[in-house]
Amino acid sequence: MRYLPKSPAEREEMLRQIGVESINDLFSTIPAEYRLNRDLCVPRQMAESEIIEYFKAAAAETANGYASFLGAGAYRHYRPVIIDSLVQRGEFLTSYTPYQAEITQGTLQAIFEFQTMICELTGMEIANASMYDGSTGAAEAMMMAVRITGRREVLAAETVHPEYREVMRTYAQHQGLPATRIGYGVDGRIDMGQLAEKLNEDTACVVVQSPNFFGIVEDIPAIAELTHSKGAMLIVSIAEAVSLGIMRPPAEADIVSMEAQSFGVALSYGGPYCGVIASKEKYLRQMPGRLCGETTDSEGRRGFVLTLATREQHIRREKATSNICTNQALVALMATIFLTVYGKEGIRELALQNLAKAQYAAQALSGAPGVKLLFAGTPRFHEFVLQTEESADELSARLLEHKIIGGLSLKKWYPELGNATLWCATELNKREEIDRAAVVVTAQAETISNAQQARSTTYNNKSFSGICF
Amino acid sequence: MATTVQDAQQAEDKGRKFAGIRTKVSSHLSQNEALVFEKSSPGKKGYKLPTLDVPEVDASAVLGGAVRKDAGCLPELSEIEIIRHFTRLSTWNYAIDLGMYPLGSCTMKYNPRVNEFVSRIEGIAEAHPYQPESLSQGALKVIRQLQDCLLDITGMDAITLQPAAGAHGEFTGILLVRAYHQSKGNPRRKILIPDSAHGTNPATAAQCGYEVQNLKSNALGMVDLAALEQMVDEDTAALMLTNPSTIGVFEAEIHKVAEILHAKGALLYMDGANMNALVGKTRPGDFGVDVMHLNLHKTFSTPHGGGGPGSGPVACKKMLEPFLPTPIVEKAPDGSLRFNYDRPQSVGRVRMFYGNFGMFVRALAYILANGPDGLRQTTEDAVLNANYIRKNLEDTLELPFKTPTLHEVCFSDRRQAAKGIKTGDMAKRLIDYGFHPYTVSFPHIVSGALMIEPTESESVEELDLFIDAMKQIAREAEENPELILSAPHATRISRLDEVGAARRPVLRWKPKAE
Repeated sequence: MRYLPKSPAEREEMLRQIGVESINDLFSTIPAEYRLNRDLCVPRQMAESEIIEYFKAAAAETANGYASFLGAGAYRHYRPVIIDSLVQRGEFLTSYTPYQAEITQGTLQAIFEFQTMICELTGMEIANASMYDGSTGAAEAMMMAVRITGRREVLAAETVHPEYREVMRTYAQHQGLPATRIGYGVDGRIDMGQLAEKLNEDTACVVVQSPNFFGIVEDIPAIAELTHSKGAMLIVSIAEAVSLGIMRPPAEADIVSMEAQSFGVALSYGGPYCGVIASKEKYLRQMPGRLCGETTDSEGRRGFVLTLATREQHIRREKATSNICTNQALVALMATIFLTVYGKEGIRELALQNLAKAQYAAQALSGAPGVKLLFAGTPRFHEFVLQTEESADELSARLLEHKIIGGLSLKKWYPELGNATLWCATELNKREEIDRAAVVVTAQAETISNAQQARSTTYNNKSFSGICF
Repeated sequence: MATTVQDAQQAEDKGRKFAGIRTKVSSHLSQNEALVFEKSSPGKKGYKLPTLDVPEVDASAVLGGAVRKDAGCLPELSEIEIIRHFTRLSTWNYAIDLGMYPLGSCTMKYNPRVNEFVSRIEGIAEAHPYQPESLSQGALKVIRQLQDCLLDITGMDAITLQPAAGAHGEFTGILLVRAYHQSKGNPRRKILIPDSAHGTNPATAAQCGYEVQNLKSNALGMVDLAALEQMVDEDTAALMLTNPSTIGVFEAEIHKVAEILHAKGALLYMDGANMNALVGKTRPGDFGVDVMHLNLHKTFSTPHGGGGPGSGPVACKKMLEPFLPTPIVEKAPDGSLRFNYDRPQSVGRVRMFYGNFGMFVRALAYILANGPDGLRQTTEDAVLNANYIRKNLEDTLELPFKTPTLHEVCFSDRRQAAKGIKTGDMAKRLIDYGFHPYTVSFPHIVSGALMIEPTESESVEELDLFIDAMKQIAREAEENPELILSAPHATRISRLDEVGAARRPVLRWKPKAE
């Protein structure tokens, strides 16, 4: 086996020195009836070239070569090449959690830089060294608020990512925390009237997302004012981190829970991504996860250490702020490199491009009769909701014929919106593909209108798409 | 024979009464590097965006009051400076790629590079979690194949790959336990946890709303069956057990542990942190475990990356299957794979999407590279290496439990502590010899623990260097304890003021006030 650095003779010699006859003698403490006396049922040993073939074959059975307008919590952004060059350095890739500070200053300084960048972007005073992802981060932020306020109830906007809410529910139910959903208004924003109604003396926190699941920018200052007036905490969840390049930071929040996948992290079919929690400094002792702090060595040189570990499971055990141990360090490093590449100006320029693409796409795609841009008047970042006469499945099937993955159907989570799809356009969506998608969407919309008058045949439909392509 | 380099080191160490010969390392230039913010200057760029092919927009017009004025202190650097910055930082780290990383219970094994390669193949790295299932069959096959492998390795009936790390797997596993008891009418109240357990176990139990009861280990460092029998009652939801234990001992009477629990309707949870001792040799599902988690970043070679990402699949017996997180992957009647979200008894989601898919790819690549023979040989070599270290150091260090051990060995600092040298001090001195320290002061059942897990990835040469270093440190403890107490001497910084860091936390850089 090529990963194992021993010859048969060396193994024999080691056994002799240990003083046993055979390797199985070292496993004698396992009762005989539980020893496995057969080969495991896993595929036979493969050569490296075969492994690569296996995964290339798997990769070929995915959406390679399709134009995609999917977002909804996982965003397609360009990943500068140097991210992978740097994170694949063995010194980063194959290092452990930096508990031994003297020989892990590289990881520690990078975490410190990450924490600083997150604070800068979110308008918070402190940030941790990462959580698993945006969904578990939101759940941990919610529990943090429960600990701080001593209250029990959690209010979450229906426009928070539905899967984030599912995770929050999983965490809340076994803590016996009452969780209440706050609906949205015709503008796609949280229903402030309903929020005012539901807020009470037992509300620990209000959780909103901005831009929200529909891509709409929430009015954070107004939500904060209302939430704070009842003594509750405001948690702002951010699923699309690039939005912070052009959107004002949610500085009125008490806790910000962010998914940093957009900062140079591959989509990778949903993970690994990178959650992070940021907050006001006064909540430091209730922060879950690792924190890196600056200090000095015995000769006064600057250095970094993991600090305030008395919050954590390995010290505090059942009284810890969270059970989290392994986090997403290497992914946080990707984000740090990404933010260094784009920097102060680049992140703004990047966000502006996203804004422009989405504005263009929303207009192009909603141009036809029978296609409606929902929540059209409200500020949004790079996602938008289209409502069509055609069902989302039919629309998707037609787009796929043109090698386009259209917007995500919202039926499962928001049936009240009818045939609604959530679209996303980033800097990677070319105008040409937006136009192409628009033609397909518009074509059918017009065909449906025509069909209602003339009951035209599929033949007609076919010839129409023939003209376009 | 001392080489020239070693002579130089001896000279460097002159004035000290005894200094060992550091065969593995010599000194090397280490570049200084400021924080990235301190290197920034306005107008430098490390990026170039493509030309915008749609009309520009006025952000203030689109976003109104929500528009941002500026992005604060994000740095501005050119690409070469960014490469140097992070490359220089990287050289300050120790890593598996540089040498043995004997952290007990962390399984710091070689991280194969083909894993990294295949995880970056376009159709894998670029796959969107919401792309249609018809265009995700390759990804679903990877999930399914890994699940099948892990099920046979563990001997369990059902599995979820959704948890993002070991502790998250524990959380999921205990939620399954809770849902199971709830389905029988009562979630029960307490979870038993041995005093030798990882801190995540009690933290997890508490997070799932359980009361934690500590179970004392017996004189051999194993589960005290009599104590267990007394503690288990109809209010016990489960026992969370690490097997082999955190001192590397296989619970020889594990089946009795399971029987005692099952007799009262309680379940046996196994923390799979130490699965590297068992793969291909025995299966938890066969010796009575009801539910367990695996750490793909330990046993299955996905990189630790300076603290993550991990992946913590949870495998369970049939009766727990209905409670697994949604969605699960299943075969459709037409033979294709799909997600099933319709699981009324599920504990719910523990993470968005399907888990750390990129880690599934790497773990599967590792399994394929090994095959059944390689996996078994890996386990055997891991156990062989640990026993080789044990044999060669048992005269030097105190071995508190004489019980045979598998993939790790736990010594105590008792002999050295008599001279004022603690496990943490020897660990720091080990750095000077070119090794990452072992696990310090854990598990708590051993006073001054030195917990050593070499993994299968170490050659005899590297093991001998490590053994030699430990022996020299033990000698230094006798002859010149001060040398150890002030270690490390060879690093770019010396021991850091951790107390100061916690008392006056500085958790971010701030621009100097003008």
